[in-house]
Amino acid sequence: MKHALVLCAALGLAAGLAGQPVSAQSEDRTAAEFDKFREVLEEANPAELWEVKGEALWKTKRGPKNASLEQCDLGLGPGVVKGAYVQLPRYFEDTGKVMDVEQRIVHCMVTLQGFKFEDLAKAPFSRGDYTPDPVSLVTYVAGQSREMKIAAPQSHPQERATYEIGKQIFFYRAGPWDFACATCHSEDGKRIRTQNLPNFTKPGESAARGYIGWPGYRMTGGVMHTLQWRMNDCFRQQRFPEPGYASDTIAALLTYMAVNANGQTYRGPGIKR
Amino acid sequence: MNRAIVFAGLAAVVAGCAGMQGETAYHEQAVAMMKRDFHTRGIAQVDRLNQDELQRVCTQYGDHPPADVEKRLEAVEMASIKLPADGKYMGDWKRGQRIAADGRGMTWSDKPGVSGGSCYNCHQLSPRETSFGNVGPSLRAFGKTRGFTVENQKYVYQRVSNSKAFVLCSAMPRFGHSSTLTEEQIKDVVAYLMDPNSPVNQ
Ligand code: HEC
Ligand code: HEC
Repeated sequence: MKHALVLCAALGLAAGLAGQPVSAQSEDRTAAEFDKFREVLEEANPAELWEVKGEALWKTKRGPKNASLEQCDLGLGPGVVKGAYVQLPRYFEDTGKVMDVEQRIVHCMVTLQGFKFEDLAKAPFSRGDYTPDPVSLVTYVAGQSREMKIAAPQSHPQERATYEIGKQIFFYRAGPWDFACATCHSEDGKRIRTQNLPNFTKPGESAARGYIGWPGYRMTGGVMHTLQWRMNDCFRQQRFPEPGYASDTIAALLTYMAVNANGQTYRGPGIKR
Repeated sequence: MNRAIVFAGLAAVVAGCAGMQGETAYHEQAVAMMKRDFHTRGIAQVDRLNQDELQRVCTQYGDHPPADVEKRLEAVEMASIKLPADGKYMGDWKRGQRIAADGRGMTWSDKPGVSGGSCYNCHQLSPRETSFGNVGPSLRAFGKTRGFTVENQKYVYQRVSNSKAFVLCSAMPRFGHSSTLTEEQIKDVVAYLMDPNSPVNQ
């Protein structure tokens, strides 16, 4: 009960913040409000709402084949969810490639439940009151790795190759503004406006900082987002064409970032500005 | 003894070649993967994945190409800059301020022809704007410190038009070369940095 009340108050505050125009003068105040908001949320993390929803989706018989996802293999065997998230992306025999968490869940929704990939890819990002099912599912699965160490495997040759391909994509400069991921994310202490830019090129704490905050409840807009959305929006800012949802390009980038974050502790689905 | 050294050297060279080959192979796989996975959306056409020579060289050398390559390609970029036909570099600093703060342009969610310069994303300029990035150096009091000369006006015009003429693998976009900003917009931005009345120089 108290839990629910705190959560409602927190969400109300978030809605208020989201509606504010962002100007230079209000930046500092917004940052202060954000800290306050984060304190309130220590008791009730809004991401938990989506974890609960995702768990229900995981266990319910759904789709044309009327099946649950309880036989979905996230890499540790069919149905094993605990600890699976921090060991992704990884190589899967059945598809013959390295897959990230959302790509794998979508794969299970297609093969086990009979959903069509094209339908799932039509509107894959949260907006307003709409949360796509894979987003809730990823949040649930990620929540089952809370306080575990990131341990993206590099034992299979394909996993090592995918890391190298992801690295190449990360450094690939193109488009009208000549940007690569590396243009914004390869030095410590850099910012775009007031937003801190994590350096993903150095294994360890710095690379982890930008990786482990996902999936995240985003105060701007008041929605839950996964790394699929973050990758999509960074490619937009990079002035690139649009990457396919749950595509191999995204899986390769996530492999590069996850492996560079290896050894750091995953705190679970969180809150983003 | 000498033999051992020669052998060690050879082994290092061979290992180096193998490393290079691996990298080239991964690069090719990465490009093939992107070509498969990306699609056109709005004005962001899929052919944006194709690199021009500068982008290819900067990617290949991790933004640190050999000096001779760098000099040669910087000269190519410099030669491609179109200076204003009327010989005037300065526009209206007030309009320039709006352009410097405007982060729109060239994304798939932007309309064609609607672009700002994103200068505040990467630079500090006016002391009144506290929300600025630091990917580039502070340009605070730029004209005042460098001198309000026509020479410097020209330099800023060229810099904004094509930063790669000065630093080949610069993080700063080529705003003129990519047709992000018009000649008039670039002049307005030059005035924002170089007009003694601009807040940048207060
Ligand atoms: C033009 C600059 C720019 C480019 C290019 C860019 N990003 Fe970002 N990226 C940002 C900004 C700004 C943020 C922070 C956004 C925020 O705080 O809301 C960010 C955030 C992120 C985050 C989340 C960080 C966190 O702290 O949670 C990840 C992950 C990320 N970027 C990865 C990438 C990858 C991978 C690429 C290449 C596909 C890329 N970025 C390209 C500017 C960029
Ligand atoms: C993505 C980041 C980025 C953006 C956007 C950007 N710049 Fe830059 N700029 C840089 C960097 C980095 C440098 C440092 C030199 C270099 O590497 O090219 C620089 C250098 C400069 C210089 C030369 C400074 C000197 O000391 O001679 C000027 C002038 C300049 N920028 C003006 C602008 C203006 C005006 C805009 C907006 C139209 C702008 N920049 C947008 C990154 C950026």
